[in-house]
Amino acid sequence: MTILVIAEHDNQSIKAATLNTVGAAAKIGGDVHLLVAGAGCGAAAEAGAKIAGVSKVLVADAPHYDAQLAENVAELIKGLAGSYSHILAPATSAGKNTLPRVAALLDVAQISDIVGAESADTFVRPIYAGNALATVRSSDSVKVITVRTTAFEPVAEAGGNAAVESIAAAADLGISSLVGRELTKSARPELGAAKIIVSGGRGLGNGENYHAIMEPLADKLGAALGASRAAVDAGYVPNDYQVGQTGKIVAPQLYVAVGISGAIQHLAGMKDSKVIVAINKDPEAPIFQVADYGLVADLFEAVPQLTAAVG
Amino acid sequence: MKILVPVKRVVDYNVKVRVKADGSGVDVANVKMSMNPFDEIAVEEAVRLKEAGIATEVVAVSAGIGACQETLRAALAIGADRAILIETDAELQPLAVAKLLKAVVGKEQPQLVICGKQAIDDDANQTGQMLAALMGWPQATFASKVAIADGRATVTREIDGGLETLSISLPAVVSTDLRLNEPRYATLPNIMKAKKKPLDVTNPADLGVDVAPRLSTVKVEEPPKRGAGVRVADIAQLVDKLKNEAKVL
Repeated sequence: MTILVIAEHDNQSIKAATLNTVGAAAKIGGDVHLLVAGAGCGAAAEAGAKIAGVSKVLVADAPHYDAQLAENVAELIKGLAGSYSHILAPATSAGKNTLPRVAALLDVAQISDIVGAESADTFVRPIYAGNALATVRSSDSVKVITVRTTAFEPVAEAGGNAAVESIAAAADLGISSLVGRELTKSARPELGAAKIIVSGGRGLGNGENYHAIMEPLADKLGAALGASRAAVDAGYVPNDYQVGQTGKIVAPQLYVAVGISGAIQHLAGMKDSKVIVAINKDPEAPIFQVADYGLVADLFEAVPQLTAAVG
Repeated sequence: MKILVPVKRVVDYNVKVRVKADGSGVDVANVKMSMNPFDEIAVEEAVRLKEAGIATEVVAVSAGIGACQETLRAALAIGADRAILIETDAELQPLAVAKLLKAVVGKEQPQLVICGKQAIDDDANQTGQMLAALMGWPQATFASKVAIADGRATVTREIDGGLETLSISLPAVVSTDLRLNEPRYATLPNIMKAKKKPLDVTNPADLGVDVAPRLSTVKVEEPPKRGAGVRVADIAQLVDKLKNEAKVL
């Protein structure tokens, strides 16, 4: 059994989500190969070769993989699939975009967002915003899977010594092109990798309050910033702050929910956090049902006090 | 330009589902059903493109039991022109739905398919990408802005680090994210009008599609419950608990 993990990378380095995905591959068991498809991605491939548990790195380096668009990357993976029992990618926006396309090209099911691997063909995945866990068995020859990274321990970033093998690029389909990216620039940790997340909701009232109240706390704690869907929809913060069923799924050591009522779809994105703190003036808010520590208070007084008290 | 919009009948987003005692699935008997919220956004976007004079016809399509006609009528009430139901009692998984949609695309020849990025029941987030693959079309998933001009779509997508804009050739598949638009409420006159709009019924056999599931469900369980938390009186007590009890500060 050999498993192909699709690396998430920026041509220079490997993103942390890849380490959790290799962790999931290790749980399934078998040889683990890593695919690095990019343009000028030699540095990322070298970094991939050091990941513990990876025995081979396949590198497809071509201009038409620069933006890692789904159409061309899926075509490449389709050509490699015959040698593998499983194809895994993290359930990030890139993985979720590309892997269903791969599965359809191979005429197999895709198994989304697994949180457990019971055997080589049986996997656990959340449904209904995490209100139920389904155990599913695949009858397909190749299992195409996206992995919920918070559910699997990352493997070590260093210590491995995999062979790096260049592979031929597949054809450029030429049907899509990247116009541009607007990435949020921040010195704070990424939501997906942060140990502490402070997250704000509609209780903050507007974007100015979000920045004035939440950012000092995040800076003090070295935390990532998150938000509820309501806060994102209202334009307080950009879309990539959203934690929830359809946003980012997070599981930090500490999640501080400020002015967030706790809609089902928000809880789906953070209820696996180790410790949850909720600060909300409404004692009936559903967020208190999942909070380890709940404080019923006016956030405009409580959060600055918290900022002053920590660090 | 014709736009095809697939819509799915799902448990309403406000309903907290319960797992059946025998572990065979979730209990959906006597539960409120609605159109998948992302699909509603897809219908709205298609109707707006028609109102802007870019699309000429909006066709809604659904696959499932007879009651999916209600979901299609809801799409017609938002402004779709006609509807197609692929009626079946069989369990439909995303690959099967993508194949059914491919067959409908073959008949209808739309230039654009706009679908929801994921259904809130199985949370799969697959069907649009799979349809695009089966058609050999480009895809722009998780869209927050769509512009059509000169046989191409320029689509802004919500990605992990922020936003990305793609230019894709048509025909293509676009899947909707939350910020694409805010769907209108169907007015009573439009709900009445929707009842008279054409709704054709077909089935998987007539479309020549094998919908046999590839995944079998072994069991469905409740997720582990979090232990009951405590209320703290003030920030001082909270900080003390976080430092000395939870040891996360």
